[in-house]
Amino acid sequence: MATSSKQYLTRGEELWKGRSEKVNAELFALTYGALVVQLIQDYEDYSEVNKQLEKMGYNIGTRLIEDFLAKSNLGRCADFREVGEVVAKVGFKSFLNIAPSITHGTTRPTSTGSVPPQANSVGSSFSLIFDENPLAEFVELPEDAIEGGLWFSNVLCGVIRGALEMVQMQVQTEFVSDVLRGDETTELRVKLIKHLEEEMPVGDD
Amino acid sequence: MAIFGLWIINKAGGLVYQRTFADGLAQLTSNEYLVLAGTLHGIHAITARLSPIPGQSSGAQVIEGETFKLNVLLTLTGTKFVLLTSPAEPASTNDVLLQRIYSSYSEKVMQNPFHTPEMPIRSEAFDATLTALIG
Repeated sequence: MATSSKQYLTRGEELWKGRSEKVNAELFALTYGALVVQLIQDYEDYSEVNKQLEKMGYNIGTRLIEDFLAKSNLGRCADFREVGEVVAKVGFKSFLNIAPSITHGTTRPTSTGSVPPQANSVGSSFSLIFDENPLAEFVELPEDAIEGGLWFSNVLCGVIRGALEMVQMQVQTEFVSDVLRGDETTELRVKLIKHLEEEMPVGDD
Repeated sequence: MAIFGLWIINKAGGLVYQRTFADGLAQLTSNEYLVLAGTLHGIHAITARLSPIPGQSSGAQVIEGETFKLNVLLTLTGTKFVLLTSPAEPASTNDVLLQRIYSSYSEKVMQNPFHTPEMPIRSEAFDATLTALIG
């Protein structure tokens, strides 16, 4: 497991380096900040802002996945555990140059070496813990936003949900903590709802 | 040695892009192309289930005839890229070419915010990239 995890990280690193067009980190952070603030002004309701950010992220994710697949050239993941590794080590690394640490929430204690058989089953989950967050570089949330329940980086939830849905996995994604809100860590949880059966010709005759 | 044409088939079996690069194929009406693409989609779905090895199969990758070769790249999202070439074109270069086409599709088509996924592709930038890739 450890070796393959390192492999993914190297792959992500390569992809990040091979990306010719990069955007200035400050411009990126400021654009996103302006977007969130504008949404707050427009909707005047933090849960609605969370929802809108998630929706935007979803639309990004459904497009971004193609870029990811075309460039990374990775095959289909064997189980949900591997999905987590790839999202964290290759996905985040190649697009944002960060590698969130990952903890797998399986129903059984993780055995060493071999993958637990039900790692692919419905209800398995993983958590991404962000040490750094390029979206929130300059952000200090006002009291009001914290009380209102704003998840500043909620766009990431949508991106992951959108991207995984395009590869036939329906997931539920949510932030459970955020350093911006005074928590110890920034944690995003991804839970597998079901595998979507697709590509079936619908009544060909 | 020739590359005749390219089709892109969405995950529902609809033809979203069709372009001819060289003479050598029968001229078809756009309706006939749609029917052919739909048929190929169905055949491909069957071949994906014919695998003697359990688990996921990519389905048919190459269909070869006396006068043409049909190379299929199925992406994990279910989109199919179909490259029609002469039989002499080696599979390895076709695969590389398909991968490049996929890559430019992901950039020029999917990243255009005004493109609706699963809908026909009308993108000058994508056309230009293909011309550069294939000629």
